[in-house]
Amino acid sequence: MSGYLALSYWDLVLASGFLILNAVLSLWLQLGLARQMLVAAVRMVVQLLAVGLVLKAVFAAGSALVTFSLAVVMILFAGREIWARQERRMRGAWGPGLGAAAMTVAGTLVVLIALTQQIGADPWWSPRYALPLFGMILGNTMTGVSLGLDTLTASLWRDAAAVEARLLLGATKWEAVRPFTRRAMRSGMTPIINSMAATGVISLPGMMTGQIFAGVDPTEAVKYQLLIMFLIGGATALGVVLAIVGGIWRLTDERHRLRLDRLAPPTGPA
Amino acid sequence: MLEVSGLWTKAGGPVSLNVRPGEIVALRGPSGSGKSLILRAIADLDATEGSVLLNGIPRDRIPAPEWRKKVALVPAESGWWADRVGDHFADPDAARPLITSLGLDADALEWEVNRLSTGERQRLAIARALVHDPQVWLLDEPTAALDGNAARSTENVIREGCGRGAAILMVTHDPAQADRFATRSLFLADGRLSEMSAVQ
Repeated sequence: MSGYLALSYWDLVLASGFLILNAVLSLWLQLGLARQMLVAAVRMVVQLLAVGLVLKAVFAAGSALVTFSLAVVMILFAGREIWARQERRMRGAWGPGLGAAAMTVAGTLVVLIALTQQIGADPWWSPRYALPLFGMILGNTMTGVSLGLDTLTASLWRDAAAVEARLLLGATKWEAVRPFTRRAMRSGMTPIINSMAATGVISLPGMMTGQIFAGVDPTEAVKYQLLIMFLIGGATALGVVLAIVGGIWRLTDERHRLRLDRLAPPTGPA
Repeated sequence: MLEVSGLWTKAGGPVSLNVRPGEIVALRGPSGSGKSLILRAIADLDATEGSVLLNGIPRDRIPAPEWRKKVALVPAESGWWADRVGDHFADPDAARPLITSLGLDADALEWEVNRLSTGERQRLAIARALVHDPQVWLLDEPTAALDGNAARSTENVIREGCGRGAAILMVTHDPAQADRFATRSLFLADGRLSEMSAVQ
C-alpha cells in the first residue's frame, strides 16, 4: 500500500465548494433544487462519517458477533428499501419478506463462497473484507430484486385479463405467466448487464479506482474488480430468480388461479 | 352434465344449477348481480365454496388446466398476450372453419390484435375458446358487441355446439335472445337463482 495520499478535512471543504456553487446556481435559476440538494448532501456527509466510525470500531473489535450483527442490520435496511420501492405490495408478511429473503439468500450464499474460497482472509469473516463485499453485493442485488418484483406485480395486475385468458385455454399457471416472468427477469437483470457492458470503457468502477489510488497495481485492481462483478452478477441473477419464482408462487394457487387478491391496494412509488 | 350446488361467490349464494347436454341455459339478472362471477366460479378462476361436478366427477379430482379445457369460459372482456391474432391459437389451422362461420375473414389469424374492433375481438375470443369443442360452454354476453349479422352467425355457432351435445350456460341481457334460442332461463337477483318460465 505504498504511495497512499491521505486527505485532510480542509481538502473536503474545498471540494464541497463545487456543490455550493451548484446550489447557488439553482437558486439563481430558480430550479427549486437547492433545498433538496442541501438535504441530500448533509445526509450523505452524516451517513458516510457515521459509517466510517462504525467500520473503524468494528474492525478494531475484530469480533465475529459484531460483524454478523452489522451484516444483519444491512439486510434489514436493504429489505426495507426493496419494500419501499414496490408499487403493488403483497399483503401480510410476504410484502416485506419475499424481496428481503431472496436478496439475503442470494447475497449471503455468494459472499460466503467468495470469502472462503477466493479471498481467503484470516479469519474468513474478517470485517475489513466481509462487510464492504457484502455491502456491494447486497446493494446491487437489492436493486435487481426490487425492479424485478415491481415489474412482476405491476404487469400481472395490468395484464390480468391476458393471464386469465391463457389459464382459460388450459395453460398451467407457469405457462400463463411466462411472458410476464420474462419481462420481470429482464427488468431485474438489466442494470447489472448494462453496468458490465459499460465497465472499463465508460466508467471505471469505484472499487478499482479506490485500489489504484491506494497504490495497488492496476492489473491487480482489475482482478479484484472482475471478481466483484462476477459475484454481483451471480447474486443478482439468483436473487431476481428467487424473488420472481416466489412472487409467482404467492400470486397463483394450486388450482392454477391468478390470486391478485393477495396484493395490497396500490401505493404511490415511495 | 354440469351440476353446480351450494356455490358461493363474492356476490352471494348459495347458487345451484344444472345444465344438461344439448341444452342452452340463459343466465339473466340486473347488472352487478354476479352473473359473471358465477361463470368464473364454475371455470374455477376464483376460489369459491361449493360443489361443481362434470358428468358426476367432482371438479377437485380434475387438474385445473384439464378442467378449463372441458369447461370453457369466454369472458365478456377478452385478454390478449401476443401481437398477432394467430399466436393466441394452439392450432391456428384448425380454427379457420370456425372463424369463417363466425362471419370473419379466414385470414383474421394474420391480423394485429391492436387493430381489432370490439366485435372482432369478441368473436375471435369465442373461436379461440371453442375450437377444441369443450363439453361445457360458459359464455358471458357473447353477442353484446356484435351487429345483426355477426350476432346471428355467433348464435348459429352456439346452436351448432348445442346440436353436437355441448352444455351451454350463457349470460345475456337481451330477453329476446334468451327467448329466441335458450332452452330455459335462470334469473339471478340478490345472489339467488330462480327459474323463469320458458315462454314469457
